[in-house]
Amino acid sequence: MGAEFVQFSLTPILIGILASIACALPGNFLVLRKQALIGDAISHVVLPGIVVAFLITGSVAALPMLLGAAGAAIVAVILIEAIKRLGNIEPGAAMGVAFTSLFAGGVLLLEQSDTSSVHLDVEHALMGNLESLIWFKAQGWSSLWDLEALAALPHELGRIAVVCALVIVLTVIFWRPLKISTFDESFAQALGLPVGAIGFGLVVTAAVAAVAAFDAVGSIIVIAMFICPPAAARLMTNRLETQVTWSIVFATLSAILGYVFAGYGPLWFGAQNAVSAAGMIATVSGIILALACLFGPYRSRIGVGREEAA
Amino acid sequence: MDMRTPLALAANNGHIPRDIAKIDAPLAVRGMTVSYGEKPAIFSVDATFEAGKMTAIIGPNGAGKSTLLKAALGVIPSLSGEVSVFGNPLGVARDRIAYVPQRASVDWDFPTTVIDVVMMGLYRKTGLLSRLTGAHRAHAMACLDRVGMADFADRQIGQLSGGQQQRVFLSRALAQEADLYLLDEPFAGVDAATERAIIDVLAGLKADGKAVVCVHHDLATVSRYFDNVFLINVRRIAEGPVTAVFTPENLHATYGGRLATSHIDQLDLVAGA
Repeated sequence: MGAEFVQFSLTPILIGILASIACALPGNFLVLRKQALIGDAISHVVLPGIVVAFLITGSVAALPMLLGAAGAAIVAVILIEAIKRLGNIEPGAAMGVAFTSLFAGGVLLLEQSDTSSVHLDVEHALMGNLESLIWFKAQGWSSLWDLEALAALPHELGRIAVVCALVIVLTVIFWRPLKISTFDESFAQALGLPVGAIGFGLVVTAAVAAVAAFDAVGSIIVIAMFICPPAAARLMTNRLETQVTWSIVFATLSAILGYVFAGYGPLWFGAQNAVSAAGMIATVSGIILALACLFGPYRSRIGVGREEAA
Repeated sequence: MDMRTPLALAANNGHIPRDIAKIDAPLAVRGMTVSYGEKPAIFSVDATFEAGKMTAIIGPNGAGKSTLLKAALGVIPSLSGEVSVFGNPLGVARDRIAYVPQRASVDWDFPTTVIDVVMMGLYRKTGLLSRLTGAHRAHAMACLDRVGMADFADRQIGQLSGGQQQRVFLSRALAQEADLYLLDEPFAGVDAATERAIIDVLAGLKADGKAVVCVHHDLATVSRYFDNVFLINVRRIAEGPVTAVFTPENLHATYGGRLATSHIDQLDLVAGA
């Protein structure tokens, strides 16, 4: 774990961890609200928005990307309403149609437009470019105190760090309203809590996390991290506080193990090339969920209480 | 100005002041109309609920009983109507209301414990960030004790029986230390012991001068449990003391053909007025 690790692996692992946590935190509440697919939907809608924002501004700066994603989200909402009303189709189906169409449209836009100057193509949209986010200037661990070297950190790291910190702060500040309104919406309303705004804020936070993570790690990780760590964490405990802690542990574990397996795993089996880190991180999070389903201490409760309550 | 008490006004069916600002009852609703689709769920409903009384909201399925409570609390939007809580607008007097939603309206698989749910009742006091202290926990435990659930404080809520879940909900309402308690079907699907425990707690609240309003289904227990009754079937049918209003005529008017005459005869009703 010397200079080479710091130069080639430290920043991708850190970005992977921060992106995973930023998505997993709001994912906890989305899963409990039975809105897990919103995370899926967001990561699909983000793509055409980002491409259009890039085509207009010619840059991949944070603000145009966010605005583009927000614009795409509005288009998605209008599309869903239109499909629901004109086609007389149930909301779930309308969502599925709108989100996949928008994503496919984003892929076509990407192919037809000249985005070769930046990391914006179909492959990166899906899998990100984690492996390429290396820290060229790093000489070793001492570079962590070297201002000049720090200035040369990949800008994706700073962006996802800010977003991850923002997500953590928002989760802490709005913990009680989030918890109360997720558990018992009408009680929350009777308390005078702005339930609609809380739900909207949660989705917006998830969208911001998705946009920030999308750039570095691609949509596969975003989709996986919204659902897998929180769902696995739910099987480990019966307390929300502990569940959220577990989800952070699982997200971190997925990022580290996924990156290591992607880089070294194929070599262990005699293969020559590394595989996609983003793909492997998402796979590891899925395996963790599978293990939690098989061995998690509280897996038996899921789905039981509902019949009783009905 | 009319100097009669709200009770007299309410009992005097139909003669109710339209000016809601003149009513200082725990809860007064005027001209409330709510619609989920084309047809109104409740239509131009007036209601006045009194302090120191237990009131049952009675009516057939789909009559708008829960809707009336939810609309009064602003949980669902109303097309029209005014609400006054202790003579104030809802927004000013919210802290004085405790609401117990239908037990089946929440997911009991939610990862939380009994004591955590009761502490949710402290939200208006603790706000976003202030620390929960030992005093808060002691208060929550005392509220659990009042419904006989203190031994279950650290259980996951999904492990409780239906009756125990209902008691936890009531305990959360007690933690709010409110003056007006609105309960949506508190006796639905609970065991006899729980029904007894809930009634005892509600009677205690009444004795303390609080107002208690329950959406209620069991016509057979109305006279035993409640002081007042509010009969509704989309429109208000009647409201007032059980002894005056809980009559076969009013029940027929409320339930129409859905309630057999033989069934009404078995009830402990006031003789036809």
